[in-house]
Amino acid sequence: MATVSLTVNGKAVTATIDPRTLLVQFLRENLRLTGTHVGCDTSQCGACLVHLDGKAVKSCTTLAVSVDGASVTTIEGLAAGDKLHPMQEAFREHHGLQCGFCTPGMIMSAVDMVNRRGHELDEKTIREDLDGNICRCTGYHNIVKAIAAGAEAMGKAGTPLRQAAE
Amino acid sequence: MYAFTYHKPTSARQAATLLAKKEDAKLLAGGHTLLPTMKQRLASPTALVDLGACADLKGISRKGRNLVIGAMTTHAEVASSAEVQEAIPALAFLAGSIGDPHVRHRGTIGGSVANNDPAADYPAALLALGATVVTNKRKLTAEEFFTGLYETALDEGEIITKVSFPLVSKAGYAKFRNPASRYAMVGVFVAKRGSDIRVTVTGAGEGGVFRWPEAEAALKARFAPKSLDGLKHTAKGINGDIHADADYRAHLIGVMTRQAVAQATGK
Amino acid sequence: MSATGIGAAVRRKEDHRFITGQGRYTDDVNRPGQAHAYFLRSPHAHAKIRSIDTKAASGMPGVLGIFTGDDLATDKIGGLICGWMIHNKDGSPMRAGPHPALAQGKVRYVGDHVAVVVAETLAQARDAAEAIAVDYQELPAVVDTGKAIGAKTVVHDEAPDNSVFNWHLGDKDATEKAFKAAKHVTRLDLVNNRLVPNAMEPRAAVGDYDAGEGIFTLYTTSQNPHVARLVLSAFIGIAPENKLRVIAPDVGGGFGSKIFIYAEETVCVWAAKKVGRPVKWTADRTEAFLSDAHGRDHVTHAELATDAEGKILAMRVHTTANLGAYLSTFSSSVPTYLYAPLLSGQYDIPAIYCEVDAVYTNTAPVDAYRGAGRPEATFVVERLIEVTARQLGKDPAKFRMLNYIKKFPHQTPVIMMYDAGNYGASLKKALEMIDYKGLGKRKRDSARAGKLRGIGFSSYIEACGIAPSAAVGSLGAGVGLWESAEVRVNPVGTVEVLTGSHSHGQGHETTFAQLVSDRLGIPIDNVSIVHGDTDKVQMGMGTYGSRSGAVGMSAIFKALDKVIAKGKKVAAHVLEADEADIDFADGHFSVKGTDRKLDFGSCALQAYVAHKFNGQELEPGLKEGAFYDPTNFTFPAGVHICEVEIDPDTGVTRIERWAAVDDFGNVINPMIVEGQVHGGIAQGVGQALLEGARYNADGQLVTASFMDYTMPRADDLPSFDVGMTVTPCPSNPLGIKGCGEAGAIASPPAVINAITDALGHEDIAMPATPQAVWRAAQKSISRQAAE
Repeated sequence: MATVSLTVNGKAVTATIDPRTLLVQFLRENLRLTGTHVGCDTSQCGACLVHLDGKAVKSCTTLAVSVDGASVTTIEGLAAGDKLHPMQEAFREHHGLQCGFCTPGMIMSAVDMVNRRGHELDEKTIREDLDGNICRCTGYHNIVKAIAAGAEAMGKAGTPLRQAAE
Repeated sequence: MYAFTYHKPTSARQAATLLAKKEDAKLLAGGHTLLPTMKQRLASPTALVDLGACADLKGISRKGRNLVIGAMTTHAEVASSAEVQEAIPALAFLAGSIGDPHVRHRGTIGGSVANNDPAADYPAALLALGATVVTNKRKLTAEEFFTGLYETALDEGEIITKVSFPLVSKAGYAKFRNPASRYAMVGVFVAKRGSDIRVTVTGAGEGGVFRWPEAEAALKARFAPKSLDGLKHTAKGINGDIHADADYRAHLIGVMTRQAVAQATGK
Repeated sequence: MSATGIGAAVRRKEDHRFITGQGRYTDDVNRPGQAHAYFLRSPHAHAKIRSIDTKAASGMPGVLGIFTGDDLATDKIGGLICGWMIHNKDGSPMRAGPHPALAQGKVRYVGDHVAVVVAETLAQARDAAEAIAVDYQELPAVVDTGKAIGAKTVVHDEAPDNSVFNWHLGDKDATEKAFKAAKHVTRLDLVNNRLVPNAMEPRAAVGDYDAGEGIFTLYTTSQNPHVARLVLSAFIGIAPENKLRVIAPDVGGGFGSKIFIYAEETVCVWAAKKVGRPVKWTADRTEAFLSDAHGRDHVTHAELATDAEGKILAMRVHTTANLGAYLSTFSSSVPTYLYAPLLSGQYDIPAIYCEVDAVYTNTAPVDAYRGAGRPEATFVVERLIEVTARQLGKDPAKFRMLNYIKKFPHQTPVIMMYDAGNYGASLKKALEMIDYKGLGKRKRDSARAGKLRGIGFSSYIEACGIAPSAAVGSLGAGVGLWESAEVRVNPVGTVEVLTGSHSHGQGHETTFAQLVSDRLGIPIDNVSIVHGDTDKVQMGMGTYGSRSGAVGMSAIFKALDKVIAKGKKVAAHVLEADEADIDFADGHFSVKGTDRKLDFGSCALQAYVAHKFNGQELEPGLKEGAFYDPTNFTFPAGVHICEVEIDPDTGVTRIERWAAVDDFGNVINPMIVEGQVHGGIAQGVGQALLEGARYNADGQLVTASFMDYTMPRADDLPSFDVGMTVTPCPSNPLGIKGCGEAGAIASPPAVINAITDALGHEDIAMPATPQAVWRAAQKSISRQAAE
């Protein structure tokens, strides 16, 4: 067993876990933060994306114990209380989700994309940059629109590029 | 996953000590090959030595006519490094094309090089650029280092500490991605240092990364895509799978080489 | 149109929980004391099981129970069923082998269920499963669809030549006669590639047993929890319906694959009682690849006969359909009644004959996947039409226009009575949207850049709104396909609507609420849609076949009629007027010719306090239910046009333009409908360019993860230009046709027709991967050189 201490969505958590616990298992099973999903075994679908010290990573391919001391933001920690993050708002406004299963990962990916590439994202950039996220419902059409709009809204709202929680 | 013990040293030296002490121990770098393999229960190390806290394995610096990259430097760090972009822009481009953005946040150059996946990108760059792999014990040229599919010259207990790339005058990288996995189905790195021209191919070889001497010779006359007209790689020794048989891959080697040269020459 | 009523692009009510990570999918359900199940699966495609030794495994840490097919048999747990009886040409019933939830004596595909281990943790269950010793006697496998009949290897003794059935539809003699008289015959051999549905949420189940009450609860990833309960009760024998509750909470996509009743959910709910603990199982992606029902997998020879002017005279089709190793829940209906009746497409075809051989192979079961039979039919029809136009030297758009059905209703020679449509209007609009006139220039521009450009059409039709119960019953269905609704009005006028439809991405919580808000004149936030729980909704048939708008909402419509009728009675008492003088509009009951009125909420309150009427003459309360049985199938139709550019050097095909014009009848929420079209097109493009499940000769699935099975990603696809035409459906009160599958049905032939147009020959199969297209392009280049 190993002890791991993390800051998750701004809150300090400490737990004793089996070293083979993946970060996604730690979030879902220990912390019951079930917004982060598992959609594949090969680190490709991106349903498990969380921000680790401000950068999007695949929590299904990260050992919880190896990120001891880090700050993790999950989809549950993205909104500021009742106020949705502009990217969450954009996904709803532009119908960027259907079944909702890939959505947390998509939104975390989109915010990370803005962090890396800024507020003006063209369609080509968004499509190429989404190659770590798979959606089976939307055909990506509205996800692309949502991300472009969300990126712009983040700029206008002055949303800090790295979330406060991170 | 099978159970294992977990260790997190803070220096390469400590890591080497742990590695020597624990039987069936494996090094954990970015984990993007090892952890999926362990999840499938295809690997069962009894101990993991996590290099994530070894500060001495990180960082990018220019040392004279060399660009030196610490083994635990992530693909994202290499891709976005002003130092790399200035010194060897094709290397930054290559790093920025590995996996996807999230994989690049975790995956490291040391992990990629040590694994020597035949579809990985870095081996092509190391071989083309004439890089040196520096370990805690010795220095190896890329030719000495990559010995076959998933095989390297690393000994038990040996840890890659950094990779040193001599600067070149021109370099370019082009790859055709496997449509499913997005790994390189064919990746070609070209580099020119004076009259020394190297063309290396990843993703396609039955034995892993290799050089293409005919293309190198053709480019010696003139370093331009046109010099490659009519030149075809043989399908002999080339991989075939459900996505691409050997003939198609061999053909793509030619196409990607022309694209890589075009990139290197800014055309 | 109000801002939240019918026709408005209302933003989805369900989204808030999904975008904040508060969705509740089956794997998010955790019951106190929950244990974990791991299924030991067959590594062989075909083998006899000589013995299973679980002794060593039973003693391993954390193990609570290990069960095999024998344990199920001892408890008299029945096998999985196929709910649609197909008869052979000679009238005899189809040949179905048994389908035990855990193997009994034999395994028939890689991934077949051999045993289950229930343990404290998943890792412990898996550790123990590895310690189970199974003695297999390997048998040769039969894998190829086209080679199954008469193969030496027999999958089920009940079907000694591997033929499940040999079925036909249409008038053979009339078709033969028409072919003899034809001036031109087009012949094509087509393969409809096998696909893996790959909903992003893997299947999962949590079984729970309340020993005090004797009640089982199953949380499962289902598109139709009531059908699951029916099958688990009546056929499999888990428990009577009143002792079995099935809950399908948020479900992360289905596309057909979550219609069926699978081994894992059956075993989890049964095992919960055996071990006295809740039992959870969640598939990993590889398990999903191996054991979810696959889709398509047809091998077809098709012919089309025309006269000298290009008028179609007849169509003749022979298809071999691979149903895999066992008959999944609705598998037999897919290559028969969901397929052959669609072969008339949008065309006036006097004679059609279709013969189908369905076969067993040592591969995963094949069943309905988005479109189910209709994409396969559309692929046959639209490839034949396109190739015929080319062979006759006719413009493919004009050739279609010439042969479209123009008068409605139209009786096809293959069962269907098309009730309404305007196919020419969709084509005309699509041609404008794609700028068909500018195609020549675009082709020349591409050629100058060393690229090949092509355009492909697809005029699809589908039969949705499935379906009139008596009609499907006469065709062999084991169930009726009506839908139920219950409208519960609360005393303050808020409304809960219980529906037998199930939403797993379709947005019912919004569209159904729009209907209610529109008809009752109440704010949409005052309407809640309840679905997916057999304890709440009495009975329902679930969501598939684009039926929830046409059938599910029609049931709600009917129940709302009853609510309004009852409300009028209440209002008549309150307003002291004659019931016949009460109107209901914009949320108010009013007395004709006066300004006296009562808002809906006040009426509801009056219905519950019951002070203003005699409770013996008029029952208090405001709650009504309805069962709606459709009067006909609905016939969504449209035209999709795809324009591609091929790089002959690499074989990469880029979709440059996509114009879709669909006629879904009346539309409740255009934003959601367009989203359905986008997703459908993506799956169809996936089939045409990227996806293909492949087994090797030994029956190993070589595309068992996203590393080898190409899922469409954002950069594989363009943005789509989506338009609509509207001919309301006359067969249901809302005039709705259905939109869920159209994109997946329309798109594969559009893509392949575009690629073959660019290549100048027809020799390309799906998926048209870069390698396949490169090779085909080399053929074009060498042909051109030879000319």
